[in-house]
Formats: sequence, C-alpha cells, structure tokens
Amino acid sequence: MSALHFAIISPFIFAIFVPFLYKLFRKIHTGWFVLLLPSILFIYFLQFISVTRDGDTFIRTVSWIPSLHIDFIAKVDGLSLIFALLITGIGALVVLYSIYYLSKNKEKLNTFYVYLLLFMGAMLGVVLSDNLIVLYMFWEFTSFSSFFLIGYWHEREKSRYGAQKSMLITVFGGLSLLGGIILLYIMTGTFSIQEMVANVGVITGHALFIPAMIFVLLGAFTKSAQFPFHIWLPDAMEAPTPVSAYLHSATMVKAGIYLVARMTPIFAYDQSGTWIWLVAGFGIITLFWGSFNAVKQTDLKAILAFSTISQLGLIMSLLGVGAAALHFNELSENIYTMAIVAAVFHLINHSTFKGSLFMMAGIVDHETGTRDIRKLGGLMTLMPITFTIALIGTFSMAGIPPFNGFLSKEMFFTAMKHIASFDLFNFSSLGILFPIIAWIASVFTFIYSMMLVWKTFTGPYKPEKLAKKPHEAPIGMLISPIILVSLVIIIGLFPNILSATVLPAAANAIMPEFIFDVHIKMWHGVNLELFMTIGVIAIGTLLYLSLSKWSRVYSLFPEKLTLNKLYDAFIPSLESSSNVFIRSHMTGYIRAYLAYIFIFFIGILGITIWGKDAFVLNTENTASIGVYEAILALLIVIGTVTILASKSRLTSILALGAVGYTVSLYYILFRAPDLALTQLVIETISVALFLVCFYFLPKKFHLEKTRFKLTNAIISIGVGLVVTLIAIASSSTKLFPSISKYYEEHTYDPAGGENMVNVILVDFRGFDTLFEICVLAVAGLGIYSLIKLRMTRRKEG
Amino acid sequence: MEILVAILAGFLIASATYLLLSKSILRMIVGTGLLSHGAHLLILTMGGLKKGAVPLVNKEGLPVSDPLPQALILTAIVISFGVTALFLVVAYRGYQELGTDNMDELKGTEGNE
Repeated sequence: MSALHFAIISPFIFAIFVPFLYKLFRKIHTGWFVLLLPSILFIYFLQFISVTRDGDTFIRTVSWIPSLHIDFIAKVDGLSLIFALLITGIGALVVLYSIYYLSKNKEKLNTFYVYLLLFMGAMLGVVLSDNLIVLYMFWEFTSFSSFFLIGYWHEREKSRYGAQKSMLITVFGGLSLLGGIILLYIMTGTFSIQEMVANVGVITGHALFIPAMIFVLLGAFTKSAQFPFHIWLPDAMEAPTPVSAYLHSATMVKAGIYLVARMTPIFAYDQSGTWIWLVAGFGIITLFWGSFNAVKQTDLKAILAFSTISQLGLIMSLLGVGAAALHFNELSENIYTMAIVAAVFHLINHSTFKGSLFMMAGIVDHETGTRDIRKLGGLMTLMPITFTIALIGTFSMAGIPPFNGFLSKEMFFTAMKHIASFDLFNFSSLGILFPIIAWIASVFTFIYSMMLVWKTFTGPYKPEKLAKKPHEAPIGMLISPIILVSLVIIIGLFPNILSATVLPAAANAIMPEFIFDVHIKMWHGVNLELFMTIGVIAIGTLLYLSLSKWSRVYSLFPEKLTLNKLYDAFIPSLESSSNVFIRSHMTGYIRAYLAYIFIFFIGILGITIWGKDAFVLNTENTASIGVYEAILALLIVIGTVTILASKSRLTSILALGAVGYTVSLYYILFRAPDLALTQLVIETISVALFLVCFYFLPKKFHLEKTRFKLTNAIISIGVGLVVTLIAIASSSTKLFPSISKYYEEHTYDPAGGENMVNVILVDFRGFDTLFEICVLAVAGLGIYSLIKLRMTRRKEG
Repeated sequence: MEILVAILAGFLIASATYLLLSKSILRMIVGTGLLSHGAHLLILTMGGLKKGAVPLVNKEGLPVSDPLPQALILTAIVISFGVTALFLVVAYRGYQELGTDNMDELKGTEGNE
C-alpha cells in the first residue's frame, strides 16, 4: 500500500467520517472539513510534475486478485497527472464554492459531501489505474455517484428523471466498455494497459479488434456525452450547480476523453483508420450539434450543458485527428501531433473556463432566483464581479484573444486545416468537411457565448420578473470562479507555463512514439487560421445581432424527431411491449403452462430423435408376447379410455382403480411379487382416498369441462408418441449388461437375505429407502397440517 | 413384448397428459396417477422383460429377472402415493376454502398475482 494508493482511496475513507463530522459539528459547515482533502491531494499531485516532465512514470502495484490477473496498479504519467490535478484542483474550488452555495440549515450536507467524495475518489481511480478491470470498477463508481448527485434533490421529479436518464445511458456505455475490456483480455491475456501497448501487434488485425474498439468507444462516447448519447447531459443540469460545475464540465464528462486518449496507442495503429474516422467523425458531429443547439436554449445551465457537449466533441475530434499522425511520417515536422497537444491543452482550458461559467450561472441563480435569460438582464451594474467573471469565461469560450480559449481554438483550426490535405484515407474528398464544419461550429460557439454574457448582464433590467432583489454575491462564493478566470488569463498570456511542464508529457503518453517539443505562440503571423478566427468573430457578431430574424430556423425541425423525444418514447414503449409480451403468455392458467412444458418437451425430444436419427427398432432381444399380457394390455386400454370418456367422477376413480389393479397383475406376470403386493395395497388406499375427496367434491364434472379438446389431444398424442419412441429405441440398444449380476451373487452372502429386491432396498441401497420414508412422513405431516391448520375463518356447516 | 409394453406405457402417458390439461383438479390428479403407472411400466420394460424366475435366491441357480428396476419401482410407487395423497388433500381443502375445483377459476387475479 503506497502513498499513491492511499491518495486514490483517501476520499472513500474520508467519506466514512463525513456524517459524523456533520452530526458533531452542527455549527460549522461540513464543507470546511471536506475542503482539506482535495487541497492536500492537489499539493501531493503537484510533486509528480517533476517526475513526469522528464518522461518518467511513477508506478506502484498492490496485489488484489492475482489469480485473475487483476492487480491494483496505480500509474502516474503525464496524461493521468493532468487529470488528477484537474480533479483535485477543481474539486477543492468546487467544495469551497459549495460551502457558500448550499445552506447548512436547509440542505442535507452529509449526503452531499459523501457523494461528492465518492465521486472524487472514483474519478482519481479511473485516471490513475493501469489495470482495466480496476479502471472499470472506478468507472462504474463515477456512474452511480453521479446518479446520486444528479438526484440530490430527490423530491423533484425532474431531478429523478435526469438521474435515471444519465444512469441508463452511462451504465449502458459502461457495460459495453466492460465487454471491450474482456475482448482485449482475450486478445492479449493481460488487463494492464501498458502491457497491451507493448503487445499492440497482437491486437492489430485480430478478428476481435473492431468489436473491442466499438465497445470501448461506446463506453467513452456515452460518458463524454458524444452524439447521439449527449441527451443525458442537459437533463443532468437538475443537479445543484457545484455538481454541474464539477462533474458535468471538468471531470466526469472528461472520463470518456481520458479513455480515448489512453486507448489511442492501442487502437490507432490499425491501418484501416477506423479509429480515426470514428473518433474524429463523432467528435465533429457532436461539436456542431452541441453548438447549434446551444443557441436555442433559454436557460443558462442548458446553454452551458450544450456548450460542454460541443467542446467535448472538439476535444474528441482533435484526438481522432491526432491519431492520424501514426500513419503519416513523411513530413519532418509531423503536423498531426499538434492536434494531440491541442486536445490536451483545450481540455485544461475548457475545465477552467467552463467551471467558472457554471459557478457564475449558480451565482446568478442564487441572487435572482431564476436562470431564464428571458427574465434576466441589466445585471452588469448590480453584480460587477460576476459580470467580469462571465465576460472572461465566455470570451475564452468563444476563442477571442487574449484568453486561453483563443490559443486552443487556433491550434484546433490548424489541425483541421491539415486534415483537409491529408490523403492517406482519401480525406481529399471527405476531409474537406472537417475544417468547414469546425468553422461553422465555432461561429455558433461565438453566438451562444455572446448570448450568455450580454443577455444576462446587459439590456433592460426587469426587477418585476425576479423573485429576489439581486445584489453582488458574498465574497466566499466568488473566490473559486475568480481563481478559475485568473487561470484563464494566466494561461492565455503565458501558455508556456503549461507547455514547459505538463503538456509534452501528456501528449507523449497518448503518442509514445513522438518527441513533443511544444511551444505555444500567441501570434502565428498572417495565415489562414487568423482569417478563420476573424471570420468567426465577424460572422458571429452579425448573426448574434440578427438573432431574432433567423432563430425561426430552430422550429423547422419537428419536435417529435429529436433524440430526447425518441428516448422518452423508447423507455415507456420498452416497458409496455415487455408488459404485452409477458401478458401474452403468462396467462395465469395452469393448463397453458403445462401445455408450454409439454410442447417444448415434444419439440426438443422429437427434434433430437429426428436430427440424430436416433430411432432404432431391434427385436432380437425382446421376449415373446404371451396371451395374458395381451389381455391385460387390452384391460388397461379399456380402463384408460373409460377414464377419458367418463362424465362422472365416480366412474373415473373406479376406472383408475381398475387400471392400477391391472398394473399389479402385470407385475405378477413379470415376476415381481413385492411390486404386485405394494401396488395392490397402495392402489386400494389411493382409491379410498379418492373416494373420500369425491365425497366432498361436486358429483359431476361440468359438462363443458369434459368436452373433447383437439389441441390437448394432439399434445397428448405427441407426448405419448415421443415417450414410446424413446422407450423402443433405448430398449433396442443395449450398450452394456446390467450390474444386477452382482446383486444376485451377493444377496445371500454377504448380505444374508434371500429376497433380492428387499435386500437391495434395505442393504445395498438403503439410503433411498430412508428418504422415501421421509417423503411419506412429510406427506403425512403436510396432510395433517392442511386439515388441522385453519388460518382463515371457518365456514359454518 | 417390450414393444407392446412400451406402446402401452406411451398410451398411458398420453392419456395422463390429456387429463392433466383439463380444468378439473380431480381429473388432473387421476392424470398423475396414470402418469406414474406409465412411468413404472417403462422402468420395468427398460430392465428387460426376460422371463427369468422371481428374484429370490434359489439353489438351482436359475436365471432371475432383474431385481434392480423392481427396487426402483417400489421406491417410486411409495413416493408417488405420498404425493398423490397430498394432492388429494390439497384439492379437498382448496374446494372447502374456495368453493371450486375448476382450475380456471383458481387463476390468480390482477390484484394478487
């Protein structure tokens, strides 16, 4: 158990103590205690920068289930480190923010911080595990802690709906990820990611390669809200704002990005380029769709949710494009590696500005009581600090200099521009779409960023629509977003702080083959990217100003065909169709169930006989038919037919008795005296019992009940036929002689009896007899209690 | 001989199946009785119906018919009797409490499935 392992599970351990702290110190907000942990962890993880900067990795292993190749391998490399720093750093800021956001008297803080710590530990586990099964375990931990957090206000129906939706979609993805992990294990025989990367030759070109890739990508796409699985994210906005800021902007939705980045060295070497097309394609679609839909939202958090979706798509497409570098080594300066750097860079930038924007939205909500931009406006003078935060965050999001969003947007355009000239997978035709879509999406990004800031803070002030009288938020609530926007500015002005420390190592973890020499410049000179950015700003401004004129384009698309409506139709229809299915065959009639059993019996045995050609008829070993046997057979047939045809109960009982006695005569003919004796006695008692029951039951069968039924008759004939065929076939094939010779020779010596059947029953196979006695005893007790025990009221008479 | 008894057992089992698929409990129990007869005859047949002597130790060392299936059938007879007796009492009590022996009326309702 190393310090690193302890760091990963420390949030889980701390979560145990949170309820006690909450109960013992009611005066102090529980968040203050919780704040210690992520801060300490953040400082702890900062130490690793010196390790990873030189390209080293830090690995500690704890054995967990060695027989199944499952060990808890904790590994810190450049990529993990960035994520760990984001999780702990933003975690600390979010906890600080939540201390002021959630009131300690109204909310159940103990559960909130327990869930939050569970989530933090799970997320650290995801990014620091090298073993895929352990990674999957933590992955599902994030799924359900996120479920708890979204449904935190569980008395609201929308919260429960959003929680259920995110749960269903992410767990669906999580399970397919597990499938992918198992397929990878089948191919390589290991669960460790580094060993898989070392054995990448085995995986590439394997028959299971594509299925494994698709399963893993399903997991990543559902978690990272890629098209068409993005629908859970806007509904997850029902969670408290600190949760939205933490989970749905900075950490959990990046888990899929992390997985894609981590799996790039495993999957991207394939020559067909499937990985590149899937990741880049879905990423670019998500980028466009998210930004396009963000413009039509009216709720601050909904805009931010769609914005998150589109930014995740941007990072995803960059990862996909970057993977193309592996196939294209002709240029001395491999331009596609730039995309990987851009992806990691934008990931950091997005976490900073999106976290601050969510906190800003929370502050506005807190101070005005609404998040609807149609009711908000003119808050600039009332909330100047919040306005500044929003301004910096949105400008960074829109990609306007001098903020960090501008830099990553530039790098994004560069990467997309180059993909158009990429000709290995015939990008010359389709690849041209990438920069065009990327550019259009950037225009929409610009529009909603402008909406976010101007519609909230400028324009007419509408106090009559607001629940509260707005004023500036308390300083404690502002600390976290201020720190985040300072980061936005600092990274924007001095990007090489990052490029000198964490960026190259992270890019190197994604692409182990390349040497990254990252140097980010603010000014690239006059080139296409610059014009693209200018175009985005110009066109975006025009479109924003004419928003009211063209916003009708959103009503062109029918509401019924949106993915949300499809999901909402799918879940109830799944329920109702399974209900219909169950009701169609689970009728509650025992006859129906018996019919299913018999039909299945006929089917499975009949098909086997027919398919295996198992029926043989061999009469050389059979005994001859005597006249007595024939007469008895006739008697039995007559008795049985009488039972079938009788309308009265008495007749059928007596006929059953007749059949039983005839069977005992058979036993006599076949030289089985004990059987004949037992059969006679038992048949007598049975008939007596039947008559006792008969006395209490109605005298006649209802006429309609004994009517001949063709279906039942066909089923019965089928069953009889199958049994007969099997009996004839098996008696015709004697595979080996009976073991009864042994019993015959040893009955007298050593067993000391003369009646072989009795000696078998009590000597050779006495156990059967013991438990047959038990059966009779239990039946007797059961009958006794059935008759004696009357729990319901007794009827008089 | 074996063929004849196999066909007979098949006939018994077919009739038992038909009775089991009916609506009245009593007919179903009669069906189980027939079913066990058919099964016992089948076991006996499978052991072979060579007419040996009764399976008692004899001085002459004559061949005897197979004792093992007989022991098995003896066990089976007793068990099926116990089960039949229990069934009958269940039917009787059910009729007492519920006032019907019609399986269709004993179907669970929506409320207490």
